[in-house]
Amino acid sequence: MSTYLGLPRARTDVGHLSGSRSFPDAAHDALADTRLRRNLSHATATIRAKRAAVVAEVPDWDALRDAGSAIKADVMARLPELLEQLEQAVTERGGVVHWARDADEANRIVVDLVRRTGSREVVKVKSMATQEIGLNEALEAAGITPVETDLAELIVQLGHDQPSHILVPAIHRGRAEIREIFLREMRGVDPGLTDEPARLAEAARTYLRAKFLSARIAVSGANFAIAETGTLGVVESEGNGRMCLTLPQTLISVMGIEKVLPTWRDLEVFLQLLPRSSTGERMNPYTSTWSGVTPGDGPQEFHLVLLDNGRTAALADELGRTALHCIRCSACLNVCPVYERTGGHAYGSVYPGPIGAILTPLLTGLDGSSPNDSLPYASSLCGACYDVCPVKIDIPSVLVHLRAEHVEAAREAHRTPSAEAVAMAAAAAVMATPARFAAAGRGIGLGRFLVRGGRPRPPLPPPLSGWTASRDVPVPPRETFRQWWARERGTP
Amino acid sequence: MRIALFATCLGDVLFPEAPKATVRLLERLGHEVVFPAAQTCCGQMHVNTGYARDAVALVRHHVETFAPYETIVAPSGSCVGSVRHQHAMVARKAGDKPLAAAAEQVAARTYELSELLVDVLGVTDVGASYPHRVTYHPTCHSLRMLRVGDKPLQLLRAVRGIDLVELADADQCCGFGGTFAVKNAETSTAMLADKMSHVLQTRAEVVTAGDSSCLMHIAGGLARLRTGVKALHLAQVLASSEGSVQ
Repeated sequence: MSTYLGLPRARTDVGHLSGSRSFPDAAHDALADTRLRRNLSHATATIRAKRAAVVAEVPDWDALRDAGSAIKADVMARLPELLEQLEQAVTERGGVVHWARDADEANRIVVDLVRRTGSREVVKVKSMATQEIGLNEALEAAGITPVETDLAELIVQLGHDQPSHILVPAIHRGRAEIREIFLREMRGVDPGLTDEPARLAEAARTYLRAKFLSARIAVSGANFAIAETGTLGVVESEGNGRMCLTLPQTLISVMGIEKVLPTWRDLEVFLQLLPRSSTGERMNPYTSTWSGVTPGDGPQEFHLVLLDNGRTAALADELGRTALHCIRCSACLNVCPVYERTGGHAYGSVYPGPIGAILTPLLTGLDGSSPNDSLPYASSLCGACYDVCPVKIDIPSVLVHLRAEHVEAAREAHRTPSAEAVAMAAAAAVMATPARFAAAGRGIGLGRFLVRGGRPRPPLPPPLSGWTASRDVPVPPRETFRQWWARERGTP
Repeated sequence: MRIALFATCLGDVLFPEAPKATVRLLERLGHEVVFPAAQTCCGQMHVNTGYARDAVALVRHHVETFAPYETIVAPSGSCVGSVRHQHAMVARKAGDKPLAAAAEQVAARTYELSELLVDVLGVTDVGASYPHRVTYHPTCHSLRMLRVGDKPLQLLRAVRGIDLVELADADQCCGFGGTFAVKNAETSTAMLADKMSHVLQTRAEVVTAGDSSCLMHIAGGLARLRTGVKALHLAQVLASSEGSVQ
C-alpha cells in the first residue's frame, strides 16, 4: 500500500460517505426506476450540451485546465504552510479558525458554536462538506433546525432524501415530484400550486424569505479560501447563498482543507473554469467573497472550520492525491454513462459519479470488502470524465490504481485468495508462456461444440453468467490466428 | 515496409478474422507482415481489474517479444492504449526502471491499425470494396486514449460501394469495459441497450469498430435479440474486395 499507516481515514458510520450496499446491488434498483432514468438522461444531456457550447467558446481552455491543475498540484505540495497562512490571515481579520480531524469533531464544533448563540435555527448555504459530515443530523440531534436554502437542497431536505448530484442535488426529481413534496412538507404553501418551474420557485422563495429575515446564524461551505488574504468565496446561481452570507449575525463556514488557494490572482483561473464546467454558464450569477469580519457590515462573528476527514490520508497517496484537486464542478458526473443510468444514490456517498468513485474510497480507505470497495469498479474506463475535468484529474488511472489497492486490501484481509485472484494468477502464468498460451488457444477452439444458440452448455457460473444474461457468447473459431499463420506461412 | 503484427490475445484465440484481415490488407498495400510467434497478451485485463502485480510478467514478455521490430501494428485501440499508457506505468510501479524505459520504446513504435494506415503509411484509400450499409462505433480507448479522431472514418469513406451512416451519440461508451461487463453486468447492459438502439436506428446491416472486445459485447447483444445486424472489425471491412470489378 502506498499510504502511510496511522493517518486517520474518514469514518463510514458518521456522515454520508458510504452506503450500506455495494454499487452493483444499489444500481440494480436504480436501473429499473423509470422516472429516475428519464429525469437523469434528460438533465445530463441538457447540461452536457450547455457545457460543451460554452467551453468551445474559450480559445485557451486547455491552457486554463493546465493552469488549474498546476495551481492545485502546488497547493497539495505545500498544504500545511498554506493552511497556517490562511489561519493567520483569517484571524488577523477578526475570524476564528477551528481545526477538525474528522466529521465528529467538525459537527461538535459547529453544534457548540450554535448552542452558544442560543439560536434554535440555522440557515444553510449549499455545501458538500456539511453534507459529507452529516451536519444536519448532528444539529437536529442537538435540537437545532437546519434550513437548506439552495432550492435543490431544500427539495432534498423536505423530501427526507439524500443529494444525488454534487451541483444539482435533486437532479433525480422531476417537477411533478417537487410539487408533491412542497404540498406535503412546506408549511403555508398555496394548495393550488402547479408544477410550473416559475410557480415552484415562487413557493420556495416565499418560504425561504421568512427564514432569511429571522435567521441569526448561517452555516456555509466554501468554494475556495485565499491563503494570502484570508478571503473565503462561494459561487452560486440563486442568490440565496448571499442572503445567508450577509444577513445573519454569525457565520460558520466548514471547508475541506484542500480548498485553499495561495493567492487572489489564482481566482482568475478558477472563476473561468468552474462556471463553464458546472452549470454551463460563462459566469455564475453570484460570487460572494468575505475576509473575516467587517464592523457594521454583514456577520459580526465569523468561524472557519477546517476539515480533514480523510484528506491527509488521501494526500499521502501519490496518484490518489490528485482527487483532492477537484473543484466540485460535476462535469464528470454529467458525461458519465454509468452515472447517467444509475444516478447518484447508487454510489452511497455524497460524492457520486466518476470523482466520487475515486474520492470516496480515498477518504474512507479500502478494506477489501466494504461497500466502498466496489466504487473503483463502477466505471467502464471510457475516459469521458478525464476529457471534461477542468483540472485534468486522470480519473481512469486513479480508478485502476484504486482497484489494485482493493485487491491488495482483500489479499491482506482474507487468508485465502479469492476465486478471481486465483483465476487472474493462472491466466497470467499461461499468458507469460507462449507454449502454454498456444495450447490454451487450441483448447478454447474445442469449446465451439459447447456453444448452442449463443449460450454455452453447461451455463457459465457467476460472475460470468452476468455476461450470458444479456449477451450471446461468440462461437470459438475452428483454428486460432496462430494456427492459421503456421498453416499458411509456416513458422516465422 | 516490414510490419510486426500484434494479433492481441482476443484476436488470436476468439476473433482471428480481424488479424487475418489486417495481414491481407497490409500485404495488398505492398507491405511485409511478420508474426512474432512468442506474443501472447498485453496484460490490460489484469491491470484494469486490479492485478497490476500479475501483469508485470506479461508486460516484460510483450516488450521482449516486440523489442526487435521497427513498426508494430495491432487491430485494437484498447490493446495499443494499454501498451502506450499502461506498460511503462506498470513497470515503474513494480520498481523496474529498465523495463519501463524499454516499454516506452516499444510503445512509441506501436500503432493502432487506422493510425498506421493514415499517419505512417499515408493512405486513406486502401482499395477496399464493401457494398453494404455500415455504421461506425468509435471505441473509447481509440477515441480518448489514442485520439485517432476521424482516421477510421477517412478510411471507411474511401471504401467502394459502402453506404456509411452516422451513429447517434457515437462517442458514448458501449458498456463493455472489460471485467466491468461482468462485475457491473446490469449497468453494462443498460449502456449496451442504448448503443444497440442507436445502431438499429441507422438501419445499418453492419456495425464496425476497431476493437474486437467492444464488438464482442455489441455483437453479443445484437445476436441475443436476433436483430440480424452483424458486427465486423474495421480491418475486415478495409480488407474486403466484395463486389469489386477486378
